[in-house]
Amino acid sequence: MTNPGTHTAPSPGGGKLLSVEDLSVTFTRPGAEPFTAVDRVSFDVAPGEVVGLVGESGCGKSVTSLAVMGLLPRRGTQVRGRAVFDGTDLLTLSDGALRDRRGADLAMIFQDPLSSLNPVVPLGTQVAEVIRRHRRTGRAQALRRAQEMLERVGIPDPGRRMREYPHQVSGGMRQRVLIATALACEPRLLIADEPTTALDVTIQAQILALLKELVVGSGTSLIMITHDLGVVAGLCDSVNVLYGGRIVERADRYDLFDGPRHPYTGGLLASVPRLDGGQRRLHSIPGSVADNIPWSQGCAFAPRCAAATGLCRRESPVWSGEAGHRLRCHHPLPAATAAPTTGPKEQAP
Amino acid sequence: MTSARGGDAPAAGARAVPAGRSSTRTLQRLLRQPAFVVGAVITCVFVVLAVAAPLLAPHDPGAPLLLDQVRAQANPVPGPQDGFPLGADPAGRDLLSRLLVGARQTLIVGVLATLGGLLGGAALGLLAGVFAGKTDTLVMRVVDVMLAIPSLLMAFSIAALFARPNEWTLIVAIAIVQIPVFARLMRGSMLVQRGTDHVLAARALGVRPSAVVFRHMVPNAMGPVIVQGTLSLAVSILDAAALSFLGLGNPDDASPEWGQMLGGAQQYFNSYPHLAIYPALCIIVVALGFTLAGESLRETLDPRTRR
Repeated sequence: MTNPGTHTAPSPGGGKLLSVEDLSVTFTRPGAEPFTAVDRVSFDVAPGEVVGLVGESGCGKSVTSLAVMGLLPRRGTQVRGRAVFDGTDLLTLSDGALRDRRGADLAMIFQDPLSSLNPVVPLGTQVAEVIRRHRRTGRAQALRRAQEMLERVGIPDPGRRMREYPHQVSGGMRQRVLIATALACEPRLLIADEPTTALDVTIQAQILALLKELVVGSGTSLIMITHDLGVVAGLCDSVNVLYGGRIVERADRYDLFDGPRHPYTGGLLASVPRLDGGQRRLHSIPGSVADNIPWSQGCAFAPRCAAATGLCRRESPVWSGEAGHRLRCHHPLPAATAAPTTGPKEQAP
Repeated sequence: MTSARGGDAPAAGARAVPAGRSSTRTLQRLLRQPAFVVGAVITCVFVVLAVAAPLLAPHDPGAPLLLDQVRAQANPVPGPQDGFPLGADPAGRDLLSRLLVGARQTLIVGVLATLGGLLGGAALGLLAGVFAGKTDTLVMRVVDVMLAIPSLLMAFSIAALFARPNEWTLIVAIAIVQIPVFARLMRGSMLVQRGTDHVLAARALGVRPSAVVFRHMVPNAMGPVIVQGTLSLAVSILDAAALSFLGLGNPDDASPEWGQMLGGAQQYFNSYPHLAIYPALCIIVVALGFTLAGESLRETLDPRTRR
């Protein structure tokens, strides 16, 4: 269900690079109820497309990406469904085969750039490590390529920074190093898990601009995991809104910002501060994610939803809406722009 | 090991200027602590004396040079005199030379036993930490059993297993006793590393498991283990002295050892206490030096006690 209006370069698999189908992740612990963190999530990523996974903490967005990458702990975790990347289901690959693809075909960057770097290894060596792992090159050649990558991500004086350790460089620069590492082997898909959350606002803008330039500019696909709707507005082609482990609304970014249909999306948009004045007090969604009820018993968002009725607490909503704008809600907001916000907040670079 | 890790980015710009290598700053913090300075000075003096002992010792520690002065009843222990500042032992051998050369023996036994315990323990802890599950359970239960036996008692038992005790059986016995501490520490350290973001990031890049363990986990996990090593040196030295005192060390008293000298001094303790006091003092001071240095090292490197 890639939305129209994004580039559709031909590729095996009918214009899809990654196709996640009915992905479910259940954590089981002896003596505790199994917990389903991700519940039958499906979405597609076309080559060159930027797909956003949006939701508040605990909605399953990071678990989704870790499951696709095969990085969840084996024990106590049940992953079901398919994640077809370029014709192969990543979830059925052997550990070794998956390792060969990670870093080479698909890469990931994480939220905290300091803790994601090995504190006792110089930056250049860390970038070179992934190159030596996936390309049969010698040490000197890998280091040369690493320096080239550091230069591409805008690190001044890369020759000197190569020999420095993570604690010696700034937060923004660390994230640049991680981006250089992730892109060193020219993957076709990059998953960015809240890459700007740990950064200062001005640095955030720089990192987003860099991602836009390097990833989007080179035709690499990007899955952007974030809770920041500003990031979504500036970068994503299509957006999936997650709540309680399920996708509750999926739309083109303009459709979503112009007319959110799901009450949760509407609430999220209303709680973004706006520079053009308007409301003085920010909207907030009452309750927390922990308040939700299992999807099997109704709509997980019902306890926090102003529009909830008895139906919502009895019956889990199924997909509705038109092709480009799908949602899962019994009482969607009207399609016209009666939502609390009126337009996309174009504040990202 | 790393500089203070800031949470959010306000400091991002400010931190861009490296404030010197973190190792130099750690050293500066250490040198401000009197306990570390005292411990380090004692340790250094001891190591220099031990290494240079053959050059510094005025006489051969095994040669009975003053044997002609020894009278079984009247004068069993020759007193201090020209060239023999501390006098001689009941066999007429120079006491100062024996203490100096004994330092060497103590250092060798202490260092090798600790190193053996560290390597053995780290290897076991690594196994347990990397292969969780059954391996972990098995290794840690064995370690628990070892910990259940009092360490000195276990060292005696192991040392007594060997038909002919010498300094190597001593080293082996003490090394085995040291294993549990290191194994536990290394396992905990490895488990912490397993959950870190940089290990996850390395795995996300397709780095092979062996490289993840040896390049990303072990170097970061070794810190506390090495610090424990400096603390264990003191324990090794004390244990070595205790075993030698009880005759489980090198029986050849031509190559002296402090614990063994202490054991030999027992029967003369009432009339000639200095025979026991000198080696005892050496043992206490050296063990104290290693403990002070190790303890302040541990405190300084522990992020929780850092101000």
